[in-house]
Amino acid sequence: MNILYFLIGTSVIMALLFLAAFFWALKNGQHDDMYTPAVRMLFDDDKPEEEKAEVKE
Amino acid sequence: MTSSDTSIKTLCFHCGDNIVTEPLIVDDKLFCCAGCKGVYQILAQNNLCSYYNYNSSPGEKKSYTEQHLEYLNEPGIFSKLVDYTDEKRTLITFYIPAIHCSSCLWLLEHLHKIHPAVAHSRVDFLKKQVEITFDHHELPLKSLVEILISIGYEPLISLQDIVKDKSNAVNRELILKIAVSGFCMGNVMLFSFPEYLGLSSLEHQFQTLFGWLNLAFASVATFYCSRDFFVSAWGSLKNKVINLDTPLALIVAVLFMRSAYEIISGAGPGFSDTLTGLVFLLLMGRWVKQRTYNHISFNRDYRSYFPVAVTLLNEEGIEVPVPINDLEIGARILVRNNEIVPADSILMKGTGCFDFSFVTGESQPQSKVLGEIIYAGGRQIGEAIELEVVKPVSQSYLTRLWNNEAFKRSDQSKIKNFNDTIAQYFSLAVIAIALVSAGFWWYMGDTSKGWDAFSSVLIVACPCVLALSTPLTLSTVLGIFDRNDFYLKNTDVVEQLARIDTVVFDKTGTISCPETNNLTFSGELTLFEGSLVSSVARNSSHPLSRQITKWLDGKDYLKADSYREIPGKGISAFFDRHEVLMGSRSFVSPQALSLSNASTVHVRIDGQYKGYFKINQKWRTSLKDLIVSLKVQYRLHVISGDHSDEKKDLMEVFPEYVPMLFNQSPQDKLEYVQKLQVDQNVVMMLGDGLNDAGALRQSDLGVAVTDNINNFTPGSDAILKGSAMGKLPQFISQAKSAVLIIKCSFMIATIYNLIGVFFAVQGRLYPLTAAILMPMSTITIIILTNLANRYFAKKYRLR
Repeated sequence: MNILYFLIGTSVIMALLFLAAFFWALKNGQHDDMYTPAVRMLFDDDKPEEEKAEVKE
Repeated sequence: MTSSDTSIKTLCFHCGDNIVTEPLIVDDKLFCCAGCKGVYQILAQNNLCSYYNYNSSPGEKKSYTEQHLEYLNEPGIFSKLVDYTDEKRTLITFYIPAIHCSSCLWLLEHLHKIHPAVAHSRVDFLKKQVEITFDHHELPLKSLVEILISIGYEPLISLQDIVKDKSNAVNRELILKIAVSGFCMGNVMLFSFPEYLGLSSLEHQFQTLFGWLNLAFASVATFYCSRDFFVSAWGSLKNKVINLDTPLALIVAVLFMRSAYEIISGAGPGFSDTLTGLVFLLLMGRWVKQRTYNHISFNRDYRSYFPVAVTLLNEEGIEVPVPINDLEIGARILVRNNEIVPADSILMKGTGCFDFSFVTGESQPQSKVLGEIIYAGGRQIGEAIELEVVKPVSQSYLTRLWNNEAFKRSDQSKIKNFNDTIAQYFSLAVIAIALVSAGFWWYMGDTSKGWDAFSSVLIVACPCVLALSTPLTLSTVLGIFDRNDFYLKNTDVVEQLARIDTVVFDKTGTISCPETNNLTFSGELTLFEGSLVSSVARNSSHPLSRQITKWLDGKDYLKADSYREIPGKGISAFFDRHEVLMGSRSFVSPQALSLSNASTVHVRIDGQYKGYFKINQKWRTSLKDLIVSLKVQYRLHVISGDHSDEKKDLMEVFPEYVPMLFNQSPQDKLEYVQKLQVDQNVVMMLGDGLNDAGALRQSDLGVAVTDNINNFTPGSDAILKGSAMGKLPQFISQAKSAVLIIKCSFMIATIYNLIGVFFAVQGRLYPLTAAILMPMSTITIIILTNLANRYFAKKYRLR
């Protein structure tokens, strides 16, 4: 049963790691804007052939 | 005569508006105006036409006004506006009200295609902000703003936006605390679980370890996560009042001390699970309460109306932009068409014609002559004028209103909410029960049981339901209101709304609808004359002219040979031998007596008087029903800064006994509300402009009515969209129900608490009982409040 001491220690350390990851994400501003990234990812990449489009006055 | 005559409707490719005149065509695409066409051309040149792919006609129509942005290059103003700057790059955040769809987002994040000096731009959609990193040597700030304006995204630069409040930082800390307390709660639950099931002799070796681990987590929850509760409780005790945080702090402290004692002495498992769970739930309650609207500002004052800088004329007569706060008495300033007079000043040169609509509510522009004093807040219409400042900005007629003590009062000092009131009695009752039961056991000679009972009572009689159910209920109500275009500043406003008994209406812009004015023409106009009038009016930017153009929609456009606009008087124009005069009565026919009847435009063609346009204010569509349902329960009042011409029309809507006041200055309005409050009325004020700002602030519940929630609204407790005004009685009913729900949930919580106290006074409260009772009552309350709120929303037909 002594193995439980090790397991408990590991579980607490792992949980602390996850908490630290959350801290990092929050400090990094990842939770500041919860809406825009969802829209942004839907944009297409720019098409290179459009480059030659000319404007008629 | 009306727009229904136009049988074929063509829509502008850029803004999606109906094209009424000859469309402008570029690349086989139709545009309604040069502005829209211009934006398209810029985008096409820069290969940004994907803008039109994400949404059809994503643009917004912009009336072109000449902008003077020289001030943006002044180092003093520049450094105030930017977030960060060094040799190579500058970071600035703009608030752009026009952001409304994914196309906007796409375009603003591709600014680097328009100008290579833009390194990076990032949009925060909900806040309607864009953060731009650029090289200010290659692209001065002024040019950057001009680019934004040219593509139809004019940033809003005002004094108040310079002083950005850092509310975000506070919120982040709360989220951190919630995360930590959730972490503690989860782990403590895990380690407490064996205890709930009962430990076999083999597992007893772990009991001490689990206990100490729990204590470690509990101390984090106590000393870090619930710090705010202790601070707030201490603060209120120092002021000799008890708020809701006082009993909460007491309970957290007692829970922690008892757990620590039990674990250290090995007497038992302690209450770490209850403690961490409680802290987590309490913080969640706080978070729900902090819910705010990113895109709406409730704290605007006059500074957001005023420009950042004004054009100063120095001794040599050279124009220099200066920040508005640096304006000194005696300074000569230049105010151009459509600019706002920043401080009380004397007219020195030019013809002044001022639109004071947002200062006084008076809709008719006033003309001023040389030497007259112009009050701050007037918008100049017509030519550029020179003024001499006589009072500093903060001491002006308009801005002095903000020196009133109503503005110095903090929000908290409004009437106490239910929670804080009940918290006092609750805390006293709990402490009394705790002392009595402790005293009983001491008297019986069982000291340890006395301690036990004392702490148990405090633990179990937790008012956490109050701290949780109230914000939950109220924030649900906020959500319901939000879907119905009624935006409240915070949850306390809901309780305030339930309490009001008097409603004060402002007239102009609040109960009258600014957009759909009712234009009537008295007289006869032939089709040709109609197009003459329409063509004249089209050339003018005066609001009345624009309405006439709209009214004579679809008439042929004739080109004027000569055109002259005399600000404050009227327009004269020649069309191929036809002379057209439009404007005030004295201007059109000088011999006639000048009648001071407001809002009329007289027309004379070829020396012959043709008649006049009259603008009748139209009441909001729902007003009649609103008044009918409100007058039963509430005392109504009308105060207006406008003239009393429309009193007769108002009488049709309002019952006779309703007091109506006209020609009221902003200060008068404030004092009127104050007077009502002295007479023990709980006043709700509905207003729209800066002229109502004082009254809105003074009232118990200030509601700003607006047709576009992104528009400027004065500082207020709530913002109501004009179209939702008819739902006001339902909103009030919903608020009242919400208060009822809170009281009911308090009753239920009390029943749970009494069960708990029953065990506690006997000193028989086991950690497991506490750990079960608390979540049970919480879950019951959450379900109940949610269901009840939905039921009432359905009942009042609020989506």
